[in-house]
Amino acid sequence: MTDHRPTPAAALSRRGFVASVAALAGGFSLGFHVPFAGEAMAQDAATITPEVNAWVVIRPDETVVIRIARSEMGQGTLTGLAQLVAEELGCDWSRVVTEYPTPGQNLARGRVWGDFGTGGSRGIRDSHDLVRKGGAAARIMLVEAAAKGWGVAPGECRADRGVIAHAASGRTTTYGAVAVEAAKIAPPKDVVLKDPKDWTIAGKPVKRLDTAEKLDGSQVYGIDLTLPGMLNAAIRDCPVTGGTVKSFDAKAVSGMAGVKRVVQVGDTGVAVIADTFWRAKTALDALPIVWDEGPNATVSSATIAAMLREGLDATEAHVGNKGGDVEAALKGAAKVVEATYGVPFQNHATMEPMNATVRWTPERCEAWAPTQSGEAALAAVAEASGLSAKQCDVHKIHLGGGFGRRGATHDWLRQAVLIAREMPGTPVKLIWTREEDMAHGRYHPITQCRMRAALDGQGNLTGLHMRISGQSILASVAPNRMVDGKDPVVFQGLNPGGAEAAIGYTIPNILVDHAMRNPHILPGFWRGVNMNPNAIYLECFMDELAHAAGQDPLAFRLKLMGNHPKHRAVLQAVADKAGWGEKPAPGVFRGLAQMMGFGSYVAAVAEISVTDEGKVKVHRIVASTDPGHALNPQQIDAQIGGSFVYGLSAALYQECTVKDGRIEQTNFDSYPVMRLDEMPVVETIVMPSGGFWGGVGEPTIAVAAPAVLNAVFAATGKRVRQMPLKNTDLRRA
Amino acid sequence: MIRLNLNGVVREVDAEPETPLLWVIREQAGLTGTKYGCGIAQCGACTVHIDGAAVRSCSMPVSSVTADQKIVTIEGLSADRSHPVQKAWGELDVPQCGFCQPGMIMASAALLAQNPRPSEAEIRSEITNICRCGTYTRVLAGIKLAAERGEAGRG
Repeated sequence: MTDHRPTPAAALSRRGFVASVAALAGGFSLGFHVPFAGEAMAQDAATITPEVNAWVVIRPDETVVIRIARSEMGQGTLTGLAQLVAEELGCDWSRVVTEYPTPGQNLARGRVWGDFGTGGSRGIRDSHDLVRKGGAAARIMLVEAAAKGWGVAPGECRADRGVIAHAASGRTTTYGAVAVEAAKIAPPKDVVLKDPKDWTIAGKPVKRLDTAEKLDGSQVYGIDLTLPGMLNAAIRDCPVTGGTVKSFDAKAVSGMAGVKRVVQVGDTGVAVIADTFWRAKTALDALPIVWDEGPNATVSSATIAAMLREGLDATEAHVGNKGGDVEAALKGAAKVVEATYGVPFQNHATMEPMNATVRWTPERCEAWAPTQSGEAALAAVAEASGLSAKQCDVHKIHLGGGFGRRGATHDWLRQAVLIAREMPGTPVKLIWTREEDMAHGRYHPITQCRMRAALDGQGNLTGLHMRISGQSILASVAPNRMVDGKDPVVFQGLNPGGAEAAIGYTIPNILVDHAMRNPHILPGFWRGVNMNPNAIYLECFMDELAHAAGQDPLAFRLKLMGNHPKHRAVLQAVADKAGWGEKPAPGVFRGLAQMMGFGSYVAAVAEISVTDEGKVKVHRIVASTDPGHALNPQQIDAQIGGSFVYGLSAALYQECTVKDGRIEQTNFDSYPVMRLDEMPVVETIVMPSGGFWGGVGEPTIAVAAPAVLNAVFAATGKRVRQMPLKNTDLRRA
Repeated sequence: MIRLNLNGVVREVDAEPETPLLWVIREQAGLTGTKYGCGIAQCGACTVHIDGAAVRSCSMPVSSVTADQKIVTIEGLSADRSHPVQKAWGELDVPQCGFCQPGMIMASAALLAQNPRPSEAEIRSEITNICRCGTYTRVLAGIKLAAERGEAGRG
């Protein structure tokens, strides 16, 4: 039997899931013959109700099913996208539920749901128009169906909260009552979207749709999945990236409890398949494996640092932003200021370690995956399975955190497919231990930056050279997005202009360039991406320049921001709210920072103190963001608060160091995360200025570190230029 | 066979004695609300109650739990998400990805059972679970809200 039923998204609770798995179990007993077909998902999963269109199903009981193409990993995109559809649909918000179409269905229907990718804070800003039009088209069809039934003109009818009314005759009906007829109406060619000022659901601080299942353990994450007859796998990949498996002694563990198979995974990994994960892991721990670690085994943090230092002075570099003549400005300067900064590798450390469940047969491969990019996941499954994309599908499951780790690279999913190929017909769930997750991340790229600036006799900034040396994400992850050998992402927040990530200062002579130096440790998009280090480099150095010029750090910046009103507005907003011009409480010190990225403008003021023993305590953060449109202010508040946890955990504590070619940190004891005892008060200012759509999940992280580091200088007179801060001794001399 | 009192039901499970309680709960009992996050009692995603006290089940061998000890998991905290901590969490939209939240809720419920009106300083020092999404502000508010209602001594 063909089963193209969608995966309920917010509703993937245990009860719903049992029903869905029961249907699959029928598939299994019939040999799991699930040919891919183009008629996928033309009707609702739980009823026989036909969809009104790809985005909307209205059940007879008035439940409104809204389909969500992007992935929910905590950032609230699922609720936000549903708000946009519901706004144009004119339905009763309290009746809304959501579900995920699969990437296979998207492929079969000519990508009717558009892009599934959920990264770069693009979940909403790249699809608001598409989903709003989907909701509006469905409303028009529902109204037309009602009007047809009454024999009146659709223009005489109005829809509100799922009720259609014909004022002249006093007649009313509901969306649920006309949904079947609406499905037969030709979709409208042109739809007019509401003016955001008329919104009643979008733009409002509505509650999330996916909270209830997260309160009682019923939300199923990838790691929780259970399929009939499923086995479990644990894996160890060569600890040195680039190394391979030389040999392993399967016989040593094949008699252990629950063990079914010991298999090599590609050239680089070994997995144990057992009845339970714990037994698979126990056997894997006991399995003798000999690695050929290869030439990378001699690499260390020191050799990588030397490689990057060389790039700071290299004559060749890719130019990201150039204006005027920096060298001339430096030569003619009254004062030249120089400093070198650096950021380390950092692991995403999602709370839910990497995992995926796969069932493979020679004809069909299906995966159940917590992925940020359903379509990229489908491509990875097809490639690893040896089948065509049409013979494969991916069922998306809510992610226990993503932060960029689960979108651009599906190495973990590829492994799961290779393992499942060893057990045709049997679903196998692969789970990484935390230790495997720490050892095989796709790390925040390592870079250093040498800053050189020219100040004139009045303390004006006349020239700035930023030389970034280090790793490119795109060179590893998406070389097709490189431009003439240059990685444009490196310059995030430093670009001369544009709507995505422009620098907020006018500097007469500027050069920002990148000497690409790629160590063997693999990089990835890490929440905030290159905006994070670039904000540390630029905004800490601006603070250094203000002090070198004997000027207030806010006033020094504002002089350069006349042509950048949105950057300036968010900075002024935090300064005003934090009381920048007034003295803070005794022992408390302030720092500030601003940046633009992911289409949004952000700024922060941090208030901190430092103990005599050198311990930094962050008391209060005032943070502003202008994302153009604020779709759900209470969720933006949650994203901003969380951004400081992510950004400050990184700035204060986190580094992945390399010894003998491998990552040294193994778990949360050696890779600390900020906890509740250190959480500052975060006051958010959401100030949408309209006219554009920016992201909110990532931008704020960038200003967390520099705001705090600048406050640390105010408190101690010490500049922290190498992250994380824990490596700098801040004890009072 | 090992006998466990899990959410008020005594059941026998087939597991090696050194198997962590977490994995017995997840794999043998099939209760997946209790999460694996680190395996070394660092993150608290695996928090359950044993005789009312919060325990990190990933680092407790199942053989160290006796059949007369009452184990409660997130699934057994209430029948209908009605525990004061669950109610407060729902009202404040605390979870983001939600993966750490069963452990966070269990730790918070145990804290309030033992100390129904904790100070903010006590909450901050007692709740040491890790949340990578960074929900701490609302976790703090949620515990305060549940405590203010003064009905959190149960559970």
